[in-house]
Formats: sequence, C-alpha cells, structure tokens
Amino acid sequence: MALLGTSKYAQGIGLGGVNPDLASERQTASFSVEGLTTVLDGGAEHTRVRRAVVEVIERDPVFSRENQYFQTQNERYEAAVRKAVHLQKKMHEMGWREDGPEFIYIYRAVAGDVAFLLHRVFMRSISVLGSDEQVAKWIPLATKHQLIGSYAQTELGHGTYLQGLETTAVFDTTTQEFILNTPKISAMKWWPGDMGRSATHTVVFAQLYVHGKCYGVHPFIVQIRSLRDHSLCPGITAGDIGPKMNFEHIDNGYLMLQNVRIPRENMLNKFCEVQPDGTYIRRGSQKINYFTMTTVRVSLLSDEVILPLMKACTIAIRYSAVRRQSKLNPGEEEAKILDYQTQQEKLLPQLAAAYAFHFVNNYLHKLFDTGYKEIQERNFNSLPELHASSSGFKAMLSQYCTAGVEICLRACGGHGYSLLSGLPSLYTKILASCIYEGENTILLLQTARFLVKCFAAASAGQPVPQSVTYLAAVKPGKCPAKNKLDFLNPDIYVEAYQHTAIRLSSSTAAKLQDLIQSGVKKHEAWNQCTVQLVQAAKAHCHYITVKNFVETVEKLENKAGIQKIMKHLCDLFALHGIFSNAGLFLHDGYISGAQMDMITASYLDLLGVIRKDAVPLVDAFDFTDKSLNSALGSYDGNVYQRLYEWAQQSPTNQQISPAYEKYLRPLLHNKLSKL
Amino acid sequence: MMNADLRRERAAATFQPELLTHILDGGAERTRRRKEIEALVINDPDFQHEDLNFLSRSQRYEQAIRKSSLMVMKLREYGIADPEEIYWFKRTCLGNFPEPFGLHFSMFQKTIESQATDAQKKKWLPLVHGVKIVGTYAQTEMGHGTHLRGLETTATYDPATQEFILNSPTVTSIKWWPGGLGKTSNHAIVLAQLYTQGQCKGLHAFIVPIRQLGTHEPLPGITVGDIGPKFGYDEMDNGYLKMDNFRIPRENMLMKYAQVEPDGTYVKPVSDKLTYGTMVFIRSLIVGDSARSLSRACTIAIRYSAVRHQSELKPGEPEPQILDYQTQQYKLFPLLATAYAFHFVGAYIKDTYRRISGDINAGDLSELPELHALTAGLKAFTSWTANAGIEECRMACGGHGYSRCSGIPDIYVTFTPSCTYEGENTVMMLQTARFLIKSYNQVIAGQRVSGMVSYLNDLSRQRIQPQHVAARTVSVRINDPTSLVEAYKARAARLVEAAAKNLQAELNHRKSKEDAWNRTSVDLVRASEVHCHYVIVKLFTAKLSEISNAAVRAVMTELCLLYALYGISKNAGDFMQAGILTDAQITQVNQRVKELLAIIRPNAVALVDSFDFHDTHLGSVLGRYDGNVYENMFEWAKKSPLNKTEVHESFHKHLKPMQAKL
Repeated sequence: MALLGTSKYAQGIGLGGVNPDLASERQTASFSVEGLTTVLDGGAEHTRVRRAVVEVIERDPVFSRENQYFQTQNERYEAAVRKAVHLQKKMHEMGWREDGPEFIYIYRAVAGDVAFLLHRVFMRSISVLGSDEQVAKWIPLATKHQLIGSYAQTELGHGTYLQGLETTAVFDTTTQEFILNTPKISAMKWWPGDMGRSATHTVVFAQLYVHGKCYGVHPFIVQIRSLRDHSLCPGITAGDIGPKMNFEHIDNGYLMLQNVRIPRENMLNKFCEVQPDGTYIRRGSQKINYFTMTTVRVSLLSDEVILPLMKACTIAIRYSAVRRQSKLNPGEEEAKILDYQTQQEKLLPQLAAAYAFHFVNNYLHKLFDTGYKEIQERNFNSLPELHASSSGFKAMLSQYCTAGVEICLRACGGHGYSLLSGLPSLYTKILASCIYEGENTILLLQTARFLVKCFAAASAGQPVPQSVTYLAAVKPGKCPAKNKLDFLNPDIYVEAYQHTAIRLSSSTAAKLQDLIQSGVKKHEAWNQCTVQLVQAAKAHCHYITVKNFVETVEKLENKAGIQKIMKHLCDLFALHGIFSNAGLFLHDGYISGAQMDMITASYLDLLGVIRKDAVPLVDAFDFTDKSLNSALGSYDGNVYQRLYEWAQQSPTNQQISPAYEKYLRPLLHNKLSKL
Repeated sequence: MMNADLRRERAAATFQPELLTHILDGGAERTRRRKEIEALVINDPDFQHEDLNFLSRSQRYEQAIRKSSLMVMKLREYGIADPEEIYWFKRTCLGNFPEPFGLHFSMFQKTIESQATDAQKKKWLPLVHGVKIVGTYAQTEMGHGTHLRGLETTATYDPATQEFILNSPTVTSIKWWPGGLGKTSNHAIVLAQLYTQGQCKGLHAFIVPIRQLGTHEPLPGITVGDIGPKFGYDEMDNGYLKMDNFRIPRENMLMKYAQVEPDGTYVKPVSDKLTYGTMVFIRSLIVGDSARSLSRACTIAIRYSAVRHQSELKPGEPEPQILDYQTQQYKLFPLLATAYAFHFVGAYIKDTYRRISGDINAGDLSELPELHALTAGLKAFTSWTANAGIEECRMACGGHGYSRCSGIPDIYVTFTPSCTYEGENTVMMLQTARFLIKSYNQVIAGQRVSGMVSYLNDLSRQRIQPQHVAARTVSVRINDPTSLVEAYKARAARLVEAAAKNLQAELNHRKSKEDAWNRTSVDLVRASEVHCHYVIVKLFTAKLSEISNAAVRAVMTELCLLYALYGISKNAGDFMQAGILTDAQITQVNQRVKELLAIIRPNAVALVDSFDFHDTHLGSVLGRYDGNVYENMFEWAKKSPLNKTEVHESFHKHLKPMQAKL
C-alpha cells in the first residue's frame, strides 16, 4: 500500500491485484457466485448475452463515463446527445434490434446516461393512442430520427391529477385546426424530458373544446422546433427548466403555447375523434391504454429502482470490507468496519431487500405477461389487480430502495459524500422514482382502494383476484412460535405478515364504514382514513414480497449452496421487516412481547451468518467497475489509491482558480500593509 | 402582491408569529438586533450574486472566496465582534453554505488559542486575526476518521537541526477532507504521531506552512490539492495534503500541554479533560443546525403546500390546497413539531454548556461527563432525524421539490454530512450508550445516579421488590404532556435495562468485553436513541411553562403533544412490549395524532413564518414569503445555462449530422 503517484491506478491495472482484505472475503464464499449470477439473470444464456452487450458498450470510448463527475450540466447534456446518436449507429453496426435479446441490457450498459429517452415514450404513445394512419405517418419518421419526440403531460401547476390540466385545444371548424393555448402560467408544460433543447415534436395533453364544450384531456402531436434549423416554431416558447438534483444529462423542459394551430389529423384518434363538422366520437375501450400506462410502472422497476440499490450495496459492502477503523479487540489490527454489528445492521438488510425485490419484480412480470394475454383476448378482468399491483409495488419498491441507497451512502462515512464514491449520483437519481410515473402516496392510496373493495367482496363471499384471496382468511389467533429458531420457519413469518396485512385492511375498511354510517361524507371519510390506508397498502405489498421470496427459495435447486444462502437472506428480509415495524405486529397480540424478543435475537444472529457471504453476494450482481463508476466499490478493492488518482483529475486541480489572484491575494496584501 | 392563499392562511392564525419568533431568538431585543444585522447584508449590493445553482463548481468556489474576503472587511467596518452576531451576519450572507475560511476562524484559531503556549500565541494569533495567514485544521486522513489513534501521519524530531520531519508514509495517511485545504489555506494545523528519541508519543498538533506566502505555490515537499466534487459543499475546497520529509521548526509544535525539549526529551502533558469542552460545544452547534435546517425545509414545504392545489377532495369543487390532505399533514406537521423540539434542545445544551463552563473554569468537572455523553447522542439523534426530515419535506413537494429552485436539495446536501463529521453518528450513539451502561451498573451496585439518567434509580427499587414489576406501567394520560414524559421515561428505562442485560448475557458467554459490546451494539444504539428521545420530549414539555402568552402556549402545547404522540405511534412496539401502553391506548394515540393534525392545520403557515427566515436566506422559489411560486419558477428557469442560446450547440454537432445520415 506504500506506492504513490503512478498514473496506472486510473485504469485499475498495475494496482498489484486484488486488495487482500477483499480477496479473503471471496475465498470463503459458501456458494457459487457464478451460479447465483445466472439465477439472477434467469439462465446462463442471458448472462452470456448481457456480458457481451456490456463489453461492447464499455469498450467504446464514446460511452465512457470517466469524467462524468466533473462535468457541468451543459457538458453532461451534450455528452448524452452524442451517446444517443452514437448508440443508434452502434445498434445498427452490431445488429441489435429493439425486439432482440440484447436490447434490455443496452440501457443498463450505458447506465441510463443517454438522451432521447422520451423519444421512445413519444413513439409508444403514438402506437397506442394513434389510428393506423397516424402510426403509418409518424412512426417511420420517428424511427429514422427525422424528428425527435417528447411527451408533454405534466404542467407547472398539475402533476398526477390529470383532469386538472389547464392547457387548451380549441377546434376551429373553419380551418379544420386545433388552436392550442397555455392560458396561464400554471398551465405551462413543465418537466418533460428532451423538451428543453432536443425535441422537435411532442405529444401535448390538453383539454379539448369543441363548439364551447369541454370534452376533457386528449393527446395532440405538436411540432415545436424547426426541422431545418431547430429554432422554435411560431407561438412556441420552450426551454430548459434549470438544474435539478440529478438528470443533468436530460433537458427537462418547459413549453408555452400561444395560438399554435395544428391540423385536425394531429389529435391522436384511436379512441376519440373530432370529425370535420366538430362532432365528437368516442370509440372502443380505452382500457388497453390504461394497461400501457400501468406496465410502464413495472417496466421501470428493474433498471431505475432495483439496480441502483444493488449497485449501492456493492459499493458499500466492498468498501466496508476494505475500510478498517478502530479496534474490536485490543492488540489486534484495526477491524474491518463490516465486522461491526451496527454496520451489518445498516447494510445487510438492504442487501436482502435487493434480492427480495429482484424476485418480486420477476413475479410482477409474470403477472403482467398473463394479464397481457388475457387483455389481448379482450378479457379485462385482471385490470384492477394489475393496476393495484403496479401502483403499490412501484411505490413500495421505490421508497424502500431510495431509503436503502441513502443508508448505503451514509454507511460509507465521509468518503460516501464524495461524488467519486458513485453513491450521491445513485441516490439523487433513484429518488426521482418516488415521484415520476405517479407520486407514491397517491399510488398507495389507489392500491388501498382496491384492497378495501376486495376486502368487502371477500367478506361477502364473492370471488376476488388471486393475489388478495388471503383477505378472506380472517382468523383470530396467536403466533405459535415457541423459540427463536421457530422464526426461521417461513410458515411462521409468512403467517405473521398475512395476519398483519389482513388486520390493517380490515380495520381500515371498518373505520371507513363507521365514519360513513355516522354521517360523514364519503370523500371526507376517505381523507380521514388515508394515513391508515397507506399503511394497509404497504403491508399488503410487504406480505406479497415476503411470500414470493419464500416461494422462490423453495423452487431453487439445492445445489452449489445457493438455496441455503437465499434462505438466509429471505429470513433476514422477513425478520428485519417485523423488527422494524414491531408495533404493527404486536398490535393485536398476534405476536407477543416475548416473541418479539425472539425475533430480534434471530434477526441479529442472521446478520452474523450473512456477514460471511456479504462480498460474494454483491459480487453475484456482476457489475463491472465501469458500470459502478465508483472509487470505493471496484472489484479489486484498491480504494484509496483510486480515490487519490481520481481526485487529481478534478478540474479544480487541473485549472488555476482565479480566486487567489482576484480575492485572496488582495486580502492578504491589504492586511500586510495595515499591520 | 401576496398570493391569496397565503394571505388567507396568515389571517386565520390564532397567535402572533412575532411573539414566537422572540421566544426562538431569546427575547424581542435579540430579534431586533438579528434583523438589523441581516439587513446589513440584504441591502448591501456588494453581496448580490447570480444564483449559485447556475454556476460551475469552480465558479461557486470563486464566489465563496469573494464573499469570505468581503465579509472579513465588512465585519470590521461595522465593528461586529460578538460571535453570535458574526454568525447571523455570515448566515445571511452565505445562506447556510460553508465558506472556505470557515476552519480558519474556527478550528485553526481555536486550536492555537487552546493549545499554544503564550509565546506561540503571541507569534501566531496576530497573523491569524489579521488574516495575514489563512489556516485550516488537518486531522482526518484518507484511511482514518473518527478513530483518532489510528492516524498514520508522522512527525519525527531531529535534535540535530531542532526540527520535526513530517511524513505521509502511506496512501491511507494522506490528509483528506479538511475544508479550505485544497486551494485556500497557506497554513494547516496537522495532527501527527510524534516520534522522538525513537519512541512514539501519540498524536500531537503542529503548525505547518504549506504554501509560499506571496505566490501561493505549494512548498517543496508538500503535495496539496482539492479532493474533487462532492454531494454538496461546492463552495468548499476540501483538500488533500501529502508531506514528504517536510521540515518545520521545533517551535511549531503546539506545546501548552505536551512538550519536546531541544534535546528531544518528551515532557508529558498534565491530563486535560478540557478538550471535552470543545467537543460539547461543537456538537451543540450541530443540534442547533439540525433544528434550523429542518425548519427551513418545513418552511418551504408548508408554504408551498398552501399554494399548490391538486386533485379533488369533494367531487365538483375546485382543487384543494394540498395542505388539506391528511397524508400531506401527516408528512409535514410532525416534522414541524420536531423542528421546534430541536430548537429548544439546542438552546438547552447551549445554556447548560455556558453554565457549566463557568464551573469548569472554577475547577468543577462533575457535570461534564454527563453533558458530554448526552450531546454525543443528541448530535446523532437530531442530525439523523433532521436528515430524514429534510428529505421528507422535499418529497412532499413532489416533482418541483426535485428542482434545485426549491432550495431543499441544497439544504439536504449541505446538512447531510453532519451525520458523519464531528463524530460519526453510530459511534456517537455508542458513546452515549457507554455512559448509560455505566450509570446502570452504578445503580445495580447500589449507588444513586443524578441528572437525566436518574430514572435508572427506579430500576433498582423494582429489582428489590420484583412483585412490583407492574408498577412500571404508568397510567398514561394521552392529552397530558407531563404524563407522556413519564411514558417515554419508562420506555427508556426498559430499553437501557434490556441492553444492559443482553450485554451481561454476552459477557457471560464470551471471553472479551469488546466482542460482547459489539454483539450488543444494535441494542445499545437503540437504548441511546430512546434515552435521547425521552430527553427531547422532557425538554419540549418543560419549555411550555416558560411561555407567557396564552395563545402561543396553546399552539406550542399542541405541537408538543403531536411530537410526543407521533413518536409513540411510530414506535408503538416499544411501548406495547414494555406494557406501558395497551393496544387500545395505541389506537387512541393514533386517532389523537390525526385530530391534532386538523387542529394544527390553521396555524401551519404562521408556525413556519415564526422561524422568520428571510427569502434571501431561505433561497427557495417554492418557499417564498409572498407565495408567488409559478411565475418565479419560470423566471428562474430562464437563467439556466442550457438556455443561454436558443439552439444548443449539440444540435449542430450531433443531431443534424445524425438526421442527415439516417
């Protein structure tokens, strides 16, 4: 560790191999890391394809993120545009297709650091909401990037509640055009990605008016920039909304419309149409459309929510195995901070959660695949369940993973605060997921609405969707566990979760009923119960996650030690949840005070068990050093050298700051003359 | 013109916000003086500058140096010398951002004052006061933080030349993080392991020149620079420092306590407990900072929630203010109550510190260990809570909270390192736990303990009469803060005892004390947390009787109740498991919390107005006093660097060529 000052460090080679503190962690793995990686990928073939894609992307210098932490907003944006353009070329060159097996790994490999993500949403909304003619006209242009699209829904004053949007589109029968307007400042479109600088077109959501009558919110294709010189079209005011906590590479934008006229054909009219004479026609079912919106929430979970937590765990756990601080036993060398129980208690539950969520994400995808098939056959029965699941799990996972990444950040002490650790960027990016695609509290209330309905149906003996049949199983009783080992029996803790989830749904439903019967208006009663409703929705999702983890572990083959370590993680995830929400489980005496002490003891024991495999468990996530982009989290564990090398690359060390000549020197000088 | 919603909110308040402001400031006269000093900055065109969010890191650093230099001049010009008044002045100027000179005036100067001999003071202090030199304090190393004994930098005495030779022997020993070190300072106090006559004498402090006066170039043997971009602290040049056989004269070791004589003989220090005092002081500042940072975030979130309308509560009616949603109140009002609680705790520690530092000078150190233990835990408790609370406030502002214009991202990134610096929070909690366990063991041994831990005395009585275990259940009246203090006290007693017993059980099973301690540390941290929680509820409750104005006292009592009951609701497991509250009572508590939300609702805006943050200091478009949020967001965004040209250069560089090719 005594070498200093060679520039080889930056490449991660010539570092003299793996830090012995990390190497020793890997020698004692109780399971096959490669085996677990393939389980996570869903098979060896997937692992192979993923690695191949990652390798191609990372070998290409255009996709390098080496200087990312030193770049300004302008530089980040330009790099993202450059990468997006280059990616088109690359995909063509490699023969990767949007429907090919490689596609899902590309975004992961570029770490999301590309522009034109909203271009895809633009295309999808046309595909889903547009008529066949509209699809035929616009999709080829978009595919060839002859135009760049965005998706303008959110306004300055309006977010999740769509009916409240204020932008207007008034139909003018004389010219067969819609006239779009932003009637006031709060109606300005605000936040849409790619709109501030890049987009030439956007789908604008506006209140449709025909002959003075409002027909509600509809989508319109609006050109906002010239295809020739990219200047703004007449009547359009657009720009970047300014710096944010992250997404410096994306030009989230604002858009103001002043008497912008678009042809009648630019209203997306698969489901609704305004005829030349102004007659408004609604046709078909929009349900399939809701389904699309719902799938977006599920599709973002893996890349935007679960992967960041996995990365944060990888960085924090590897660093904790390298960082030594203070002594556990007098006379010994300083201990790895991973050996402190308090450090394990911060990190290992996050690690368990990352696995739990990976598996529940698989469950959700299966649920949606099945649902999709039914919907294709025009059977919409599963829609409410799919909607409730996507809302609830998006909210729970994004909230949990955001908190988890922050815990990892803070568990790395001072160095976690450096951008070079990679953790601040992971955090500021993931936390946006708590808001976009539906604000979490509102989503949880939607899930709760479904639960309350299903609970009523189940109580009345009516059939309910599969994921909530447990609500019918109300039975009083006590947890039968007798000692701390009983709590390592999945039947015991799954039952406890189920009991608590039922209790919260049923007591909230009862309270709601009581309020309404006592004369409180329905909406007022609902508002008065919302805190409890949110709790019930979370308990439901938590229960499903635990149950699914247990079932996944049972199905794993018992080879190479994988099932065993996954069982430990599953136990940890479940017991940590009870330990952290003790009040909910103690409430009606289902779990006794003495049992809670057993749970705590079992939970703390598990930390020591999983500690031994902590590093192999993050290695199994199989992130390359480039994708982690962290001075603390690299595979070889040469943390300090890398931190020092990277810091020297900082522009603050490369350029001379004018501050000394301009301010410091005069200050020091003045004082000299006065003394 | 003020936003109509905010005007209505303010008109409906049941108390006068100024009266509450006076309580927070410690008297009407102090409020007046504070505002007077703030006005000096706000009305001074020299302090105007572009919104920092639009500047690069280097530009932000440059601005900060400009302001730092300017503040030195202006403070002198105005003759402001009182530390609190200086703090008000700087806070208004910096808006809670750090300044590169921060460590010069705090740690560099303070360490010389406390650890230098009279001769050293005479030499260095005039240079420090006159800013003839700029200094920093270099303790933390890349591989070593809170555990000071592990530091690796060496200072080896050479009697031949009467110099110390300073070295950074490993990568991990490079000094890392000190503020102002990277670019600003020309001197540093360096903490290093002292070697003389072949023996290591432990950590000592040395004054080390690092840059050439006049040219500002690093001196030969010194490698110094900036550690690169961070989560926040853009204006601060946190730095690294590596020394290779760098020599300084013997007189540069701070020698008030330990000394190295010219021949290399080491003279041991008389024991000094006084360093405790400095730590207590700095940690008490962090408690105050937790309160203020959380107050700022609450101000922004609550004002914005009164201005923002969304969705519908009643079918057919206009969109309601989001502050009318129970879930929004449930997010924000407990945090508002917490902010007030922390203000009072911060004031308590400061007063106690002042009182007993008088005693310390008179030689009475008896109260210091408890205060030291308590401030460690409270520093951790309040900074953790505020850290999470600021984020909740940001989330409660939805998408706009994520924009830098909300000001909350800056509050968060500036505040969050306080969970780590001046003692990592988990380590702090364990320090408090050590004191609690020690006190518990004293009680078990038949001694009585005093102060905030005196409740442990009751445990020994229960031990003698085990049949009276039921006496532990206090009959809790959920509308009486004093009764709730008792409930928190019972919870603390129970969890301290449980941790102590678990520790004992581990000790019975294992060989080493350290191992047992580590295996109990999650319990021990819990014990400290509940102890701190009790102290906070107790201090908040005690404050109520000091409030003379009935209207203010009424609203503070509601907040105090909300703080205490929300804490019970969130930690219901503890109270039920210990038999302090039944599940029926918990249900009542949950219900009461929601009633209190509705009771506090009409005063919410007035309660944040009472914090009296000037818009300049708040630095938030969402939290503006006049509530004109949307217009000003638009104005702000227009200044974004991406908007400097209408067509961004990347269009010509990348987009156009791509479209041409495809």
